[in-house]
Amino acid sequence: MTSTPLIELRSASFGYADRKVVDGVTLSQGPGEVIALLGPNGSGKSTLVKGLLGLSDHLGGDVKLFGTALAKFRDKPRIGYVPQRHSLSTSVRVTVREIVETGRLPLRPWWRPSGAADAAVVDKALDAVGLRDREREDVAALSGGQQRRVLIARALAAQPDVLVMDEPTAGVDVANQRILADVLARLAERGTSMLIVTHELAALSDVVTRIVCMNAGHVDFDGSPTAYAAGHRRHELGDGHHHSPSADEREPGLAAIVTDALPSREVRRG
Amino acid sequence: MGDLLSLDFMRQALIAAVLVGLAAPLVGAFLVQRRMSLIGDGIGHVALAGVAVGILTGSMPVLTALVAAVAAAVGVELIRAAGRTSGDIALAVMFYGGIALGVVLMSKSTASSGNLTGYLFGAILTTTSSDIVVFAGLAVVVVGVTWVLRHRFFAVANDEEYARAVGLPVMAYNIALSVLTAVTVVVSMRVVGLLLITALMIVPNATAQLVSRSFRSSLVWASLIGVLSAVGGVVGSFYAETPSGGTIVLLAIATFLVVSVVSGLVTRARRAAHERAERHDHEHGPQCGHQAIPHDGHIDYLHDGHRHAAHKDHYDEHDEHPHERPHDDHAQPEEVSR
Ligand SMILES: [Zn+2]
Ligand SMILES: [Zn+2]
Ligand SMILES: [Zn+2]
Ligand SMILES: [Zn+2]
Repeated sequence: MTSTPLIELRSASFGYADRKVVDGVTLSQGPGEVIALLGPNGSGKSTLVKGLLGLSDHLGGDVKLFGTALAKFRDKPRIGYVPQRHSLSTSVRVTVREIVETGRLPLRPWWRPSGAADAAVVDKALDAVGLRDREREDVAALSGGQQRRVLIARALAAQPDVLVMDEPTAGVDVANQRILADVLARLAERGTSMLIVTHELAALSDVVTRIVCMNAGHVDFDGSPTAYAAGHRRHELGDGHHHSPSADEREPGLAAIVTDALPSREVRRG
Repeated sequence: MGDLLSLDFMRQALIAAVLVGLAAPLVGAFLVQRRMSLIGDGIGHVALAGVAVGILTGSMPVLTALVAAVAAAVGVELIRAAGRTSGDIALAVMFYGGIALGVVLMSKSTASSGNLTGYLFGAILTTTSSDIVVFAGLAVVVVGVTWVLRHRFFAVANDEEYARAVGLPVMAYNIALSVLTAVTVVVSMRVVGLLLITALMIVPNATAQLVSRSFRSSLVWASLIGVLSAVGGVVGSFYAETPSGGTIVLLAIATFLVVSVVSGLVTRARRAAHERAERHDHEHGPQCGHQAIPHDGHIDYLHDGHRHAAHKDHYDEHDEHPHERPHDDHAQPEEVSR
């Protein structure tokens, strides 16, 4: 593998139709990095990852995935997307394995049935998240944390080069958060690159190698977890910054380390 | 049955019943999954306008119905994709416009009102053999295409956003499913009728949900129930001198009612007989240190002298002779797992 960045943004903007939610973000992720993307609700972190996946509109700047411009990027399964889902309950009965198997579909033409190689990769993905012994259970019967791991396994089944996760620990109880963090730690040990949108850094602090913090569509911190703990402490205290976006977030203490020179703006929700 | 099969029209009718009984629930499964159960009904309304145009112009009503239904199917997906709040109203205008146009045009033709009833509620025994050949060919195509694409339809219906993110052509699969629905509606109109076909697409799936543990097995069950209802309904309608469509649908609904009562009893018995293990801080796995014991196609983990087996979101107590243990304390397990 070369050292081409997996994800490379230069003054990139994303949004919906003409409305910019993410504005002028510069960011690059190298192989093996596990980045936590923090920020209050409406700061644009979800819109940013959706932009990488083609789910929100690219409104300006340069975006490259694995060295290819976003508009020309076709090898979508290389990005393993783990969406935020509050529940996997469906109108029909679906087993854990059936969900994970869908991760293989984009890798083969529509007319080719799944083969032994597909089954082996699905087995491995289920093992990686510790759900092999529940593969025949109805997904709706699993706990929230287990359902989150099903979605991680589905993404792993495509053998992606980077995992992009949207709030993997949100709404998961503490015991299950620990199991989830162990799963992510095992993946990180194997060299899996990850971009994790999250509110709850504490649960993932052992896994993360770099922290990017967004506010109001801009990046206002990008550095190591140590630097974050030392210089960006306000974000951690009481987690107030990440749970309730409010005006008092832009106090001088924070402004001093804001790396983005643009004037602050209204926090947008959605 | 032997003397039934010696009747030419009966043999044709049974072939049509098998094909429709197979195709309708198979396509319907994905409509249920997408929570669009009633869309076939709307498409059927528009197909009636096609039938009327065919009768008036003296061309084959099957073909004109097919054109109208496929156009409606594509329209449904385009309206859905636009995602406007007025989408529902657009669909209503299209569906009711279709059936109203059909009824008005029919009244201008020389065809009797019995003819209209035949299309609305099914009249398999009066269908010409050239029509049966066309229907059979189309039904085979529907079953084949749906079977080949079933994993993709499943993935798109299960999580459309994810499917789009990994590069599956979501819109194309949605339109394909919609067109397959339209073809199924037209193929079934002489057997079950335009107003009843949706029941044959949906009810066998509702029954299958009660007895299957995976989507894969529910497809098989739904098709089986569909074929049995369709064949049973055609034979029954011959002896009872009732319309085939209504008879088929009543049979499918009776099956659903019987199966839901039985499965309710079975579920209750299972819940009473299974024993939940105490709550755990960790999940067992290859690394956890507890000894893994393969057991009846699954794995038990040895934990402080007893065995745990994964079940739903918790662990069950297992041992070598599961039925010799008393299961008294498994009645109030719900709180323990949370
Ligand atoms: Zn254990
Ligand atoms: Zn135990
Ligand atoms: Zn249990
Ligand atoms: Zn066991």
